[in-house]
Amino acid sequence: MATSIDISDLNIYYGDFLAVEGVDMTIRARSVTAFIGPSGCGKSTFLRSLNRMHEVIPGARVEGKVVVDGQSLYDPSIDPVAVRRQIGMVFQRPNPFPTMSIYDNVLAGNRLNAKRMKKSEADDIVERSLRGANLWTEVKDRLGKPGMGLSGGQQQRLCIARAIAVEPQVLLMDEPCSALDPISTAAIEDLIHELKSDYTIVIVTHNMQQAARVSDDTGFFNLKAAGQPGHLVEFNATSKVFSNPDDPSTEAYISGRFG
Amino acid sequence: MSLIDERPVAATPAPAAMALVAPQIPAYAPLLAAVLATGLAALAGLLLGWSLVAVVLTAWALLVVGLPAWSAAIEGERRAKDRLVTTVVWSTFALAMVPLASLVWEVVANGHAVISAEFLTYDMRGVLGAGGGIYHALMGTLVITALATAISVPIGVLAAIYLIEYGKGNRLARTITFLVDVMTGIPSIVAGLFAFAVFTLIFGPGVRLGIGGAVALSVLMIPIVVRATEEMLKLVPEELREAAYALGVPKWRTIVKVVLPTALGGIVTGVTLAIARVAGETAPLLIIVGTTTTLNLNPFDGRMATLPVFIFSSVTTGGKYDAEQTARAWGAALVLVAIVMTLNLLARAVGRAFSPRTGR
Amino acid sequence: MSTTTTARSAPTAVSRRGDAVFAGLATGAGLLIMLALAGVAIFLIIEGVPAISASGEQAYGKDNIVLYVWPLLFGTLLAAVIALLIATPLAIGVALVISHYAPRRVARPLGYLIDLLAAVPSVVYGLWGRAVLAPAILPAYAWLADHLGWLPFFDGPARTGRTILTAAIVLAVMALPIITAICREVFLQTPRIHEEAALALGATRWEMIRMTVFPYARSGVISAVMLGLGRALGETMAVAMVLSASGIITIDLISAENPSTIAANIALNFGNASGTKINVLIFSGLVLFVVSFAVNFLGRWIAARGQVKA
Repeated sequence: MATSIDISDLNIYYGDFLAVEGVDMTIRARSVTAFIGPSGCGKSTFLRSLNRMHEVIPGARVEGKVVVDGQSLYDPSIDPVAVRRQIGMVFQRPNPFPTMSIYDNVLAGNRLNAKRMKKSEADDIVERSLRGANLWTEVKDRLGKPGMGLSGGQQQRLCIARAIAVEPQVLLMDEPCSALDPISTAAIEDLIHELKSDYTIVIVTHNMQQAARVSDDTGFFNLKAAGQPGHLVEFNATSKVFSNPDDPSTEAYISGRFG
Repeated sequence: MSLIDERPVAATPAPAAMALVAPQIPAYAPLLAAVLATGLAALAGLLLGWSLVAVVLTAWALLVVGLPAWSAAIEGERRAKDRLVTTVVWSTFALAMVPLASLVWEVVANGHAVISAEFLTYDMRGVLGAGGGIYHALMGTLVITALATAISVPIGVLAAIYLIEYGKGNRLARTITFLVDVMTGIPSIVAGLFAFAVFTLIFGPGVRLGIGGAVALSVLMIPIVVRATEEMLKLVPEELREAAYALGVPKWRTIVKVVLPTALGGIVTGVTLAIARVAGETAPLLIIVGTTTTLNLNPFDGRMATLPVFIFSSVTTGGKYDAEQTARAWGAALVLVAIVMTLNLLARAVGRAFSPRTGR
Repeated sequence: MSTTTTARSAPTAVSRRGDAVFAGLATGAGLLIMLALAGVAIFLIIEGVPAISASGEQAYGKDNIVLYVWPLLFGTLLAAVIALLIATPLAIGVALVISHYAPRRVARPLGYLIDLLAAVPSVVYGLWGRAVLAPAILPAYAWLADHLGWLPFFDGPARTGRTILTAAIVLAVMALPIITAICREVFLQTPRIHEEAALALGATRWEMIRMTVFPYARSGVISAVMLGLGRALGETMAVAMVLSASGIITIDLISAENPSTIAANIALNFGNASGTKINVLIFSGLVLFVVSFAVNFLGRWIAARGQVKA
């Protein structure tokens, strides 16, 4: 249950401001695709356009095509709510619902569609999702406790559990480790490796080593100049991007010789 | 829908088909439903001779039932509920606006005809029917409000400084915070009774003094000033204070030269809003200041007229000249509302001009 | 050497004295607030206590002070509670429009509009209620009396628009902007990351609001309602100007015979009162003070408890 994503000639605007220009790429199914680039180059914006989360920001709009599983995401017949269900998202800062227990946090997405779930069924989903997020052994004895009581890394894995509980096709991760310490980061990276077999994963990261460690393909975003829209400079297999990139600016960025 | 058909079937395993397409009612559906509901209700109203209110209620009922039902049939239960809530939420807004719009309209419509140079510059000495003005009440409101501000602002600001800069959660500070909370909830008429009780004990029974009104208004104003100042002082970053201490600046100068200027915009805004709030207070002034028909600018000498009490007594005395008195009440109401609104807009302008250039 | 020492120590001494004076001033202002509030209570008690023994003519023809104050207290609570029943759902709806439903360009001016309406003086609301709302709403009362007259609330007869229900509606209109303003603030403070978490799980707008905004805002909304209730309990002028009161106890909301409220009763009678009657009115004011204190205290307690949980 994973799918590829085809993006062709995508422009993203905030109001009149063109934030990201002319992106073409194909994100392979059951692989990890990383986006790297300097701050403000539009990689997070681009990520959010893949499950129509950018629309949450007033004035944001998109031109071009994002085709998932043969369906164009920006077709008028597409329901953004259904899109977000199939394409899950993990955010920069862990954001478990503060008023819910660990158990209820995992089930939050499922409860939207099925009001009455059997207890055994719900228990199954919780255990499966928490195991999937490598969190089960740490929290199985305190499922009724608030999710906010966990450590930052645990909270982030709880958010991953919540995202995979609804069995999405794709998992988008927006700098999921930027608020975490190195040990928690390693735990999340291990988890990404394991999730790859079931999900298409797209991850935005500031950390080039992380991109090199976890991803199969890497896209490098950059700004032509300050105030100009961000664009995709290079999209290649990670091994190639980090050893022998096509574009000189990619090489400059990954070797640290960047502005 | 054709997109689904074009999908290469072999590309994905059978159970993993993605349902991204959901049947949707068109974007213009809410508008169409509203038009239909209004039309139907109007038709029924014309045929059955209903009143306008009945027509509006019927149209609303049709919309609230019809749109979610349409949505439920096509989009499913979750979307229908979302649309129902959206309709209801906007309806509450429309309903809430009815009295508020009516109030503004009536004040302006009834008030503007009365306002004239005479109305603003004459008092009510010897006036029974038409004529006369609100000059005495206008000046009374200005004097008493200014006095109340002069009492409240130093006390309020200093108390807030104590709470944030000195008290920092000790027992006295917690007690004062609690008491400020209590003061916020004091009914305005109780503040009037308090001033009356104090001044009766000092000056004997039946006392009516402008300064008593200022004291009563201060009881209402101080907690607002304390609250506003407190909030603003809390927003001043601790680093700023530490930077000043690190330069060897004594604490009180840090507060006066660094903390207060940083918070000044917010404090001025809060004080202006507090003034606007007490300028329209009626009940305490009715108790302790009373009213009179002539100009009295001395707050230590007997009754004074104020705009709010003028409005109240014009309407409630009634009698032979009821129409003229009610007209003058509307005129005074327009002037009072204009003063209060100007203060509010001023507060906003000040707040914006002084606010540190940060987001939100 | 000695000159530099004095030069250095002199400002220190001044600044110490400055610190002491300034700290003293600030503490004094704080203590003054304590004294003022104690003063409110003490002076009201001094002037209110003589009323306890008042009866007959001195207590406006009632046998004792309790018989005098109780109907007023009943009217006060009745009007305030009805006002809040009307205002709370409307205020939450309006706050949601401004915080989550209206496009941002519209929402900002709407928020200003509501803030400005909160600033309209109560006497103007009273004028509007008496001169505009009361005559306009009379046909509705007639309809209620005809069709729902079997309910004790709408027994009628509907002969005037200046009823306790009209007073409650005016109170609701007055409380609405206050409750709305607070609700809007707490709704807007819902962390964006939680809202996005809900949306990213495929929640509709309403589901997002129920999952994130309401739980987050619960204690804030309760304290807003309590604050509105405190306001409605103590509101004087609107009721004094709108209500045609006869001081009885009834739950008939639309008849010409209405219970009065403590605050309105004081406002209407204080000018003509003398002797013990003044003490009686002040005593009723003391009762109002205690009741609104209790309501405010309860509201804050609930809000504080909610915060601990969240």
